[in-house]
Amino acid sequence: MEMKPLTRVILGLVCLLVAIWLVAPTLVVVPMSFNENKSLAFPPQGFSWQWYQNFFTNPDWTSSFLNSLKVASIVAVLATVLGTLAAFGLDRMRARPANVLRMLMLTPMVVPGVVLAIGIYAVYLDAHLVGTLTGFVLAHTILALPFVLIAVSANLEVFDKRLETAAASLGAGALTTFRTVTLPLILPGMLSGLLFAFATSFDEIVVSLFITNPYLKTLPVQIFSSITRDADPTVAAVGTILLCATTLLIGGGMLLLGRERKGRP
Amino acid sequence: MNPRPENRGAAIDLDTVSKDYGSFKALDAVSLHIKPGEFMTLLGPSGSGKTTTLNVIAGFTDATSGKLLVGGKSVVGVPAHKRNIGVVFQHYALFPHMTVGRNVAYPLALRGVTGAERERRVRQALDMVKMADFAHRYPSELSGGQQQRVALARAIVFDPPLLLMDEPLGALDKKLREWLQLEIKRIHRELGTTFVYVTHDQEEALVLSDRIAVFNRGSIEQIGTGRELYDEPATLFVGKFIGDSTVLRGQAATSAGETAIVISGQTVVTDKRLADGGSPVMLLRPEKLALAPRGAADAGRNRLAGRVGEAIYLGSGSKYEVVLADGSKAIVRSALEAQSFAIGDEVDVLFAGRDVKLLADDDKADLTLT
Repeated sequence: MEMKPLTRVILGLVCLLVAIWLVAPTLVVVPMSFNENKSLAFPPQGFSWQWYQNFFTNPDWTSSFLNSLKVASIVAVLATVLGTLAAFGLDRMRARPANVLRMLMLTPMVVPGVVLAIGIYAVYLDAHLVGTLTGFVLAHTILALPFVLIAVSANLEVFDKRLETAAASLGAGALTTFRTVTLPLILPGMLSGLLFAFATSFDEIVVSLFITNPYLKTLPVQIFSSITRDADPTVAAVGTILLCATTLLIGGGMLLLGRERKGRP
Repeated sequence: MNPRPENRGAAIDLDTVSKDYGSFKALDAVSLHIKPGEFMTLLGPSGSGKTTTLNVIAGFTDATSGKLLVGGKSVVGVPAHKRNIGVVFQHYALFPHMTVGRNVAYPLALRGVTGAERERRVRQALDMVKMADFAHRYPSELSGGQQQRVALARAIVFDPPLLLMDEPLGALDKKLREWLQLEIKRIHRELGTTFVYVTHDQEEALVLSDRIAVFNRGSIEQIGTGRELYDEPATLFVGKFIGDSTVLRGQAATSAGETAIVISGQTVVTDKRLADGGSPVMLLRPEKLALAPRGAADAGRNRLAGRVGEAIYLGSGSKYEVVLADGSKAIVRSALEAQSFAIGDEVDVLFAGRDVKLLADDDKADLTLT
């Protein structure tokens, strides 16, 4: 149906408004990070790089940043290995039990973060895992694993299993077949899963607030405690850096997924 | 790939091989001997057991019982990747992340062939299927026919004594199929390897094979050359599956070396005899039948009265479907120079008694072709 010019204009305006509404909070952060005064007031006054300098020199910020990097890296690898194995297991199971198991493994995406956080905190108190690297890695892996499972499962769905039969006929044993045929073909799914897992861990806050202690803080925890203590524009600087970094990461992941959907040469 | 075609193929022996899926018998005591270097086609409708047989030989499926020897050695329990058998699949199954060259080099790499020797053999295999110019392309950049030629090169590059092909031309159009059939025949001649070829296309089987094994419902109905199967079908199923045929049922009476069969109220006489004297089925090939106007004089030949139901001009001749009084149909192929008839013409179908094939009626003979 042909649209009237007026309808088209109004529709366009509404879309633009919604888009601004969605992006505005993010874009407010960027100018605030260049504020000259130690204030989070908007609009900011003047221009300075001092909060970026603070982020890179203040040990509170650098150590929490390095902690986040360490936790997210380990989580990304762990979740990718476990998620890929799970995806394989489900792919080769009978459909009905596989669907039940898949739903179970995806629950961390659906269950409210606070509920999960309370449960994890209660267990961690007994197990002495609060404020430990192991504690963070285990908790974040729970949250990141579903993303890997989804990405690799999508990849396995389009993977032609008959290629494995062909490889066997050419003389490849099960392990060689996996290494030379299956793995290269599901690698895009694994990589996008890895990126999502890293991002999930890196900006996780709810569970982290519960299991943190003064000796081990991740970056989101540091941001939260800083902003509740005083109006330090360093959080805006961190926010801007994270915005750039996650945009690159998630964008890369989407690109990989999209390329896989279209089918590769 | 050394040029010594005499003794390069492996013999294959299947001895009462069965494959059950629950209560369903996919293969029912199949025995088959394939000679070294032979081109053997497993022919049959879908679900007849021909692909299951191929999968058992390749090691993709384990037989429930029976013996299987390749080159005189039992391969029961040997996994597929240790059998050293080349396989070509209907769906090509090329590795999409490797170039044509790397696809063909894959089995060589697994066998520890490296460097110049590997390159030489890849090139030789690609030359044989006339794809040497495409070594740096990816499979997705090739047409179906080209992909299947690469798959063939990959399956022969490691010099297997046996090559299995599972409907390799099934996904290709007719012209390409006919050309590739000749290519496969040539490659078989040049290699001297034993070929086992699965198809449901009887024409393809006749073009390619030294011998054909006709499968039906999990067992072999007959094994023989194309000529043997066409001229002397052992069962009604084989007669109907290979070539066009007219099948007529009637009452038989044997006396003094002759069999008289009453079909549609008319008597047909033949010197063929029916072993068990049951109700026979008469099988007639279209080119052995002739048409004449009703009542025309032609002594010494059997005649059945009918009406032309369908007349098809084929270029090289004509094909008629004649409806007899009892409703059964006869298919007649006549040469170009023969008298032509129109739909509705009253005619006589003429044929010699010696061209009649008498077969036992067989409830298994109903064809379910897909």
